[in-house]
Amino acid sequence: MKVMADVLVTTDWVAQHATDAGVRVVEVDVDTTAYDQGHVPGSAGWNWTTELCDTVVRDIVPAKKLEELLGKSGIDNKTTIVLYGDNNNWFAAWAFWQLKVYGHGDVRIMDGGRKKWLAEARDLSTDKPSFTAATYKAGTPDLSLRAFLPEVQQAVAGKKAALVDVRSPAEFTGEILSPPGLPETCQRGGHIPGAKSIPWGKNCNDDGTFKSFDELKALYAEKGIMGDQPVIAYCRIGERSSLTWFAMKYLLGFDNVKNYDGSWTEWGNLVGAAVEKP
Amino acid sequence: MKPEDYSRREQELAGWPITIETYKLGDVYHCTIANADPGARFARADGTTKEEAESRAIEKATKYLAQTRKFEV
Repeated sequence: MKVMADVLVTTDWVAQHATDAGVRVVEVDVDTTAYDQGHVPGSAGWNWTTELCDTVVRDIVPAKKLEELLGKSGIDNKTTIVLYGDNNNWFAAWAFWQLKVYGHGDVRIMDGGRKKWLAEARDLSTDKPSFTAATYKAGTPDLSLRAFLPEVQQAVAGKKAALVDVRSPAEFTGEILSPPGLPETCQRGGHIPGAKSIPWGKNCNDDGTFKSFDELKALYAEKGIMGDQPVIAYCRIGERSSLTWFAMKYLLGFDNVKNYDGSWTEWGNLVGAAVEKP
Repeated sequence: MKPEDYSRREQELAGWPITIETYKLGDVYHCTIANADPGARFARADGTTKEEAESRAIEKATKYLAQTRKFEV
């Protein structure tokens, strides 16, 4: 296992280096209007609903589309990309995961995200910066980071991987079908048989920063997740589980961790799929 | 610009715990409301005063929360 704590940068670091040559700060939010309400000066803003997915078929962003997005954001293959966003970096982690799938080398997350930046009353800008276009070449997708439905079904049948459900306890039990205030997007509530409930928020402190290595290790060890077997994380659409994937892969150094981005909106809509409650 | 008058508090709305975050940037107050668990922002509004921004956001949030069903488990 190899811990890579250098994938996190502090708000202080971002304040000092946000506009350095070779660095691009990017905001990615759940609420896609948040960027317009003020962002880190000099940062780009990416919309996860249109720019970080395939808008025709359900899939992650296609390579060509990612290349265009990064190119127009002034990012080339050697750029240090620093991601941050609301909700303790939910969708920043989603972007991080996709960038790693496509092989980008230096991607980091601003620890604490937008919440910490705001709470510290740091500078905000409503200007949309323009960037000199760059050329970006996406790598061959690294599918060792991504789980598809057949692999999850095999994991359930053969107990070949630990499943971590990172949704809220009420979603895990089936008491609710989606987070309060959001549209229901599944036909059945509950969880994938055998999954352990470790809500994503437990990875974070109140100020939005990630917990320490020892705290994270204890959190997962309590549910038998030690990093000595393959792990598949899932949530509703794959973004909360990106954050848990990030914590396990980079902060705990687990070798074999995958994000199942089909998540509950796939499993909870499958005809005939086994569902466990509570 | 720096955000001013930043506040973040938890309260219950329509039976659900929520978080209300408000700040002023320039002449505009921005308010966003998130569910406490998992913390997803699902309603937001702007206003010329803090009270105006929050009351508009709360009105939207109340409408959205009314659509969330609870099931027996």
